[in-house]
Amino acid sequence: MPAAILARLVLLEARRGAMPWLAALAVLAGLSLAAFLSQVAVTESRALQTALLAALLRACAVFLIAAHVAASTVREINDRGLELLLSLPLTRSSLYLGRLAGFALTGVLLATVFAVPFLAWAPPAAVAAWGFSLACETVLVAAAALFFAMTLSNVVPALAAVGGLYLLGRSVDTIRAIAAGPLAEASLPNQITRLAVDGVALLLPPLDAATRTEWLLYGAPAPAPYATSLAALAVYALLLVAAGLFDFHRRSA
Amino acid sequence: MSSDTRPLAVVPIWLCLMLAAALAAQVALRAARPPAAPAAGELPPPPSAATLRLASFGEPQAAARLAMLYLQAFDFGGGSATPYRQLDYGRLEAWLGTILELDPRSTYPLFSAARIYAEVPDAERSRRMLGFIYREYQRDPNSRWPWLAHAALIAKHRLHDLPLALAYARAIDRQTTASDVPLWAKQMEIFILEDMNELEAAKIMLGGLLLSGRITDPAEAAFLQQRLEELEARTSR
Repeated sequence: MPAAILARLVLLEARRGAMPWLAALAVLAGLSLAAFLSQVAVTESRALQTALLAALLRACAVFLIAAHVAASTVREINDRGLELLLSLPLTRSSLYLGRLAGFALTGVLLATVFAVPFLAWAPPAAVAAWGFSLACETVLVAAAALFFAMTLSNVVPALAAVGGLYLLGRSVDTIRAIAAGPLAEASLPNQITRLAVDGVALLLPPLDAATRTEWLLYGAPAPAPYATSLAALAVYALLLVAAGLFDFHRRSA
Repeated sequence: MSSDTRPLAVVPIWLCLMLAAALAAQVALRAARPPAAPAAGELPPPPSAATLRLASFGEPQAAARLAMLYLQAFDFGGGSATPYRQLDYGRLEAWLGTILELDPRSTYPLFSAARIYAEVPDAERSRRMLGFIYREYQRDPNSRWPWLAHAALIAKHRLHDLPLALAYARAIDRQTTASDVPLWAKQMEIFILEDMNELEAAKIMLGGLLLSGRITDPAEAAFLQQRLEELEARTSR
């Protein structure tokens, strides 16, 4: 299976790169910071530790996977590795999906490593829900980073695009709520702005509903909203994969 | 078409269908999930100003304004008969205080307190906001007097609480020392005293004001002189 071989190569690249060390460093730094801050808290020291660590590790997972995918893909393009791969008897879809599978597996492994420390403070079911959601989120970010790196062929613009997409995905519902507030004027420019915000929101992933720290603090989420939030991530990841494949098929080299 | 791209015909049909289906599913899912307006009861207690300052990475002015936008999104009952009726005013006050602490020169929190949250048809809530404005005014009378002047007007015309209006007007007269404070703000006390039928006190204040020489505009001086004469006529009856 050529796609499986490509996925394995991507995983190997991540292992031989600094990814394991960076993941370990992120966990260590997060634990140290959380331990320090929990010492100065007068109450809820455990909750404080969990909440801070969860927020920090979630951000680290997203950043590490996005940076890894963007750097690896752009390097491959610049080193003419992509041209070499295209000369092999492989379909473009296998090539793209194989690499994406490798990046997605890297994200899943990263999410698993980041979820394990929470077993010390939170119930296993809650940790499993949080970890699985983080894994889905990293897969989505890997798909976004691969799409943007392939399209833009440059690390910084690709990372900026992924960062923008991620931050907007997490905040767009709040922005919509503010834009629809009663204190906003009913003028034409305001209505156009509201429509524009609503239109942009249609094309963004609902990341605010995923990997919520409250699951670790107050127990596992209810199955229905949990499944809905993961389904929304899956649909968006599928959209990114389709868009990436479409772009890759049209790419000359 | 750029020379870097191959023709559309090379893209498999199944891929075009998948892209269209994924896009349709994404739009349908998002459209089916309108943003939930935060209910009034969900307003959490505010973080400390130090926490917000830390979270803003050294941009407290931006953080203060963003926090105001966040705060004003609560309780969309603004258009209903009793706006903000479910909003916890204790927490609201704490949020406004924290935001002011973050950027003491911002007028947004006091503007909102005076023009939005105090102008509710609920005397208790309105009084609470007026109290907040009065406390914050005392921290910086020279720049925050306009909000206390508005609070005095609310106390007088909406709450019909003349002693409260008088206390605020008196505070503006006694504590605000900036030279750019208009005379109407300084004269509020006189007119409230007049409304309270405290004619002697109003007469003394008005006479003192005219004698002080602070009124330089002849028309304004003439108008106040006429008011003084009316007051004298009323007290001599």
